[in-house]
Amino acid sequence: MSDGDEPAVSADEVRRVADLARVDLNDEEVEQFAEQFEAVLADFETLDEVPEVESEPDLVNVMRADEIEDGLTQEEALSNASETEDGYFKGPRVS
Amino acid sequence: MSQALADRELAAVIGLEVHVQLETDTKIFCNCSTDAADDEEPNSRTCPVCLGLPGALPVLNEAAVESAVKIGKALDADIPEETTFHRKNYFYPDLPKGFQLTQYDAPICADGELEVRVEGERREIGVRRAHLEEDPGSIQHEGGNIDTADYTLVNYNRAGTPLMEIVTRPDFRSPAETRAFLAKLEEVLEYLGVFDATRDGSLRVDANISLVPADEVGDDGDISEDTLEDANRTEVKNISSHKGAEQALAYEVTRQKNAVKRGREVEQETRHWDESRGVTVSMRSKEAEKDYRYFREADLPPLQVSDWKERIPIPELPDDRRERFRAEYGLSEEAASKLTSRKSVADLYEQLAAEFEPDLAATWVADNLLGELNYRDMVVADITDRLDEIEYVIRLVAEDELTAKNAEEVVLRRMLDEGESPEAIIEEEDLGKASGGEVEQAVAEAIEENPDAVADYESGDDGALNFLVGQVMGKTGGSADPGQVNQLLREELA
Repeated sequence: MSDGDEPAVSADEVRRVADLARVDLNDEEVEQFAEQFEAVLADFETLDEVPEVESEPDLVNVMRADEIEDGLTQEEALSNASETEDGYFKGPRVS
Repeated sequence: MSQALADRELAAVIGLEVHVQLETDTKIFCNCSTDAADDEEPNSRTCPVCLGLPGALPVLNEAAVESAVKIGKALDADIPEETTFHRKNYFYPDLPKGFQLTQYDAPICADGELEVRVEGERREIGVRRAHLEEDPGSIQHEGGNIDTADYTLVNYNRAGTPLMEIVTRPDFRSPAETRAFLAKLEEVLEYLGVFDATRDGSLRVDANISLVPADEVGDDGDISEDTLEDANRTEVKNISSHKGAEQALAYEVTRQKNAVKRGREVEQETRHWDESRGVTVSMRSKEAEKDYRYFREADLPPLQVSDWKERIPIPELPDDRRERFRAEYGLSEEAASKLTSRKSVADLYEQLAAEFEPDLAATWVADNLLGELNYRDMVVADITDRLDEIEYVIRLVAEDELTAKNAEEVVLRRMLDEGESPEAIIEEEDLGKASGGEVEQAVAEAIEENPDAVADYESGDDGALNFLVGQVMGKTGGSADPGQVNQLLREELA
């Protein structure tokens, strides 16, 4: 991938991805992530070398009957949340 | 084309994306109940799957697939040989997993259509595709509106409710047509038994709208691809009713026409329908299609259900039933339409028409009952446990034991308002049709008590007779037959 001087992952691409994930990055972090993204992409490129195989999926039509089962209680559902209010998960303002 | 656009007649081109909740017992990928009680606690119908906890695996609900196939059949759509699920990635707190499970390039239904009637004209609306997906959770912006809120509260009870997203072709030429389409779609879905219109939030609509030069629209409403591509589109989100669709789109048509008239370009953007203010407002630009990074959901194997189209029966649909009602019961088109638009109403009618004169049953259901229910913001579903009582009342009318007027205006109204039984109301109001003897006695009394009116009648004033008829009707509590009273009075005074 990185066979020229052009960086494989540009700072703008990192910012766009960070934006979609609603993560704020400073310039230093952007640079750091660009390098890391590049390494991750290079690792995945290894998969291109795997020879093609017939990959018929074994399974089709895996379904279940429409029958109600008990799930979690409210207390259980909220037990991993760092903040809750009146039975709700509580999070920062979003738009 | 835009240089001259301001001077040209413009026509609206509209397409809809309709999300409907499917009436299954459980969520689409887990066994949690979909039954949302009004007073339920938040986050009380969840499990590791619909909360997106690590390691939880989705398993598709067979009933949701059946519903989708039924919808496909009703829309005369293709059910492809193989259909698959994708992850649509976006980061928002209503999605616990960080993606929505939906369908992308292989939806379960493709190339359907639905015929609607708008002002007597038949319009065929193309359905590009319809696919299954999961509903997100619901979020509340606390301490202000979406932009000024202090924080967010999230409830995942709704997360995972099965949705069908039905995407039309840009075949609508007016906001009124979209309203007619949504009403018709609801009728059909209700007939199929896959949808409950009374459920809050069960129908959500996004609309695409653009303006094109009117002379580029063919007589059959066709518009070339080039014309469509030249026009800038807005997408209007947050529409939740038929009426809302018509209003939001009418607002957009005016807004876009005004922009063009002032020589401005219509911006290609997403807008939010603010129902309380009756306006659309620009939304901050959201993700573009490629930002969703769709990819195959490896935890859900492909579906091959094209043969279900033969296997799963669907009931007679509203159009067919309306035509049958006209032929079988000799009803007018108007009465037949009114009686078939809701399955519950049509079923009630057929039940009553089997027992009484079809015309009497039609008047009772289409006019009296639906009229009184509408007036009270009620629907047939609200009185399904009282159908025996309704039948009892109609029987009394059919057998001439109760006047039609009293049956509707007194008995039916009190039944609906006070929940009393018809027997009790008839007893209390003394409405059983007055027996011959009672009427005769009332006639005799009226004559005796009103000598002046009698004298007027005898001196040739026919109006005095009406006064006497009124007196008799009053004495019998309206239960006498006015024609018969009139005749008895004439005989007595002859």
